[in-house]
This record gives sequence, structure tokens and C-alpha cells, in this order.
Amino acid sequence: MALNLPENVMMTRLDQLANWVRANSLWPMPFATACCGIELMAAGASRHDIARFGAEVMRFSPRQCDLMIVAGRVVMKMMPVLQRVWLQMPEPKWCISMGACACSGGVFDTYAVVQGIDRFMPVDVYIPGCPPRPEQIIQSVMDLQNKIQRGGTLNGKEFAQRSQSEAPRPLALELAPNEAIVAPGDFANATRLRDPQDP
Amino acid sequence: MAHDKLLALLQERCGAESFTTSLFRDNQRVIAAPARLFAILECLKLDAGFDMLADLTAVDYLYYPDAKDRFGVVYALLNTATGERVYVKTYLNEPDLQVPSAFPLWKGADWMEREVYDMYGIIFEGHPNLRRILMPEEFAAFPLRKDYPLRGKGERHNFPVLTRADG
Repeated sequence: MALNLPENVMMTRLDQLANWVRANSLWPMPFATACCGIELMAAGASRHDIARFGAEVMRFSPRQCDLMIVAGRVVMKMMPVLQRVWLQMPEPKWCISMGACACSGGVFDTYAVVQGIDRFMPVDVYIPGCPPRPEQIIQSVMDLQNKIQRGGTLNGKEFAQRSQSEAPRPLALELAPNEAIVAPGDFANATRLRDPQDP
Repeated sequence: MAHDKLLALLQERCGAESFTTSLFRDNQRVIAAPARLFAILECLKLDAGFDMLADLTAVDYLYYPDAKDRFGVVYALLNTATGERVYVKTYLNEPDLQVPSAFPLWKGADWMEREVYDMYGIIFEGHPNLRRILMPEEFAAFPLRKDYPLRGKGERHNFPVLTRADG
């Protein structure tokens, strides 16, 4: 039996409709802590216009956003703040980790910088770069739109599946605290492991 | 004023035994003991005209060859009228890492001393609000000491893990 639909009626699944709506109107929460924030601003400006993809409304209140873009390094003093802001965002929500520092700590492998926010927070799309160009930010928004349209549901059931931490497994090179490199007086030997007993 | 004039002024006002000086090109230094430090700083500010504290920092000489003391605290003073600079240094050793605070002389010493306390653990007596400024309050170590590892002792990864199912 063929349905005779008028021109302005289309048939779809509720999930697909919801995905289409949510993907094309992602409102970012710009959690810009450092230099990547400038490139995020550039992506929102007129030359590389993220508004073309629906992500124009950068609200600074997490209650009104559904996409958190963590742009910049996150120090240990800021990590609880980041987690609290993430928890304040209503469902459905996604997270983009922008730049090398948010993805893995970047060049700052120090006592104060968290080596990747995905150790403590769920991330959907990663953008490498230091800083990534605005075109890469736009590409990541497009990738997230594809991800939402491929796997999203109306009432967000796909989020409940992700109950394991998605943090990276510790690399073999990660040193125990007693083997960690201490800056010596002679900088020529600074890259060698130092015996803690021997000054 | 020239180095020898400054030296003469300090010797006259503060006593010749309480400090030593050294000079290399235009970099003049005054080295004092912690007990005489505040008097020297006061004399430099009020009599010699060094009205600006440009910087206050510390050095850890732990692995430094030929070092006699563990910590040095450095005050960089600037005479805004003549553009002259002098560096005042004092040396400290554990266990008594206390120095009188320069806050009564220069209000800019407030945060600079907090930073030195946060990074090295040097206590400034008489400081109105000596607490950590860069690291979180509950941080338990002094990171810029030479025996503290660059990557820390696990404090940076001590947070609860949020998974996507938590919401």
C-alpha cells in the first residue's frame, strides 16, 4: 500500500529526527583555559565560521549547553572545576578535547598539569594540535555530528553503555615517583635517571 | 649612586659588619644575614632611595657545586629616580627557614612572598596572609625544591573518574 504523502510531509524514525536536530544545533560551552581558547574564538569568528554548523551559540552557562569544548591545559587546581561544570550540563551532552594539552598534557608533563582530561572525564572527539587550526575545530564538530547521527537515540540510551573509564592505559614509560627525573645541578646529565641516594 | 657611594652609605647607617657586597659590571649585590636583612632593606629603601621591590624570589642550591647554604632569598630593588638596581641576598639553611617579611616596606612583597612560600617552603615572619598562591591549598610539597621530581608525586592524578554513564 503506497502512502500518498503531500509534499511537505516526510517519514522518519524518531531517533533519526532527534539526531538530526541535536547534531545541527550543538551549543558549545567553551571551557577555554589557555592558548587554544584563542583558536576557538577564531573558529567562531567570521573567517572560519562555526555558526555554519549550528555551533554559534557559545553560552558560558553550562546549563544551556550541550557540547563542552575543553580548550587548553587543565591544571590540577582546575580539574575539580571542570568536573563540576561537566556535571552541571544537562543531557544529552558531548565533550570535545581540543589541543594537545587537553588530550594528553601536551608539552607540560609537570607536577601541576593533568595529563589528559580523558583520565577523569568522558571525551567524544579529540583534536590534536598546538593549537589546532580553526579548520580542524570545524572538522571535529563535523565528526561529532556524524557520530551523533550514526549512533544517537531519542532518550540518550547510548550514554548509559559507556560505564567504563575511557582513560588511556598507563604507558610503559610512566615512571614511579621514586624513579622520576629530578633536575640536577649539571644540565648535561639531565635526561638520565637519577639514583635518589646519590646527589 | 655608584657602588662605592652606596657601600659607604650602608656602612654608615647599618654598620659595616652586617653585610658584604660584590660588583660585576653594573650588577651590584648586597649579601646579608637573615637577622640583619630587614634593617638593610629598610636602609636601602629609606636612605638610598630604592623605592621599588622589583622581584622577590628564592634559589635552591641543593646540587649546586661549591654551595655552602641550601636556600638563597633574593630581593631585586630598583631606584625609580635613577634607574639603579641592587640585589639583596640572604642565605638560609634547614631547619630554620624563616626570614622577616618585607611587607611593611613594600606592599608588593605580599604575593611574591606567598609564591616563595608555596614553591620553596620559606616562612616569612610578619606576613599578613602566608598561604599558597599557585598550588592548591591542600598540596603537601614544595615543588620548586630540587629534590621534588618534575612530574610530581602523583598529586596531579588524584581525582575521581567520571564515566559517561554517571551523567
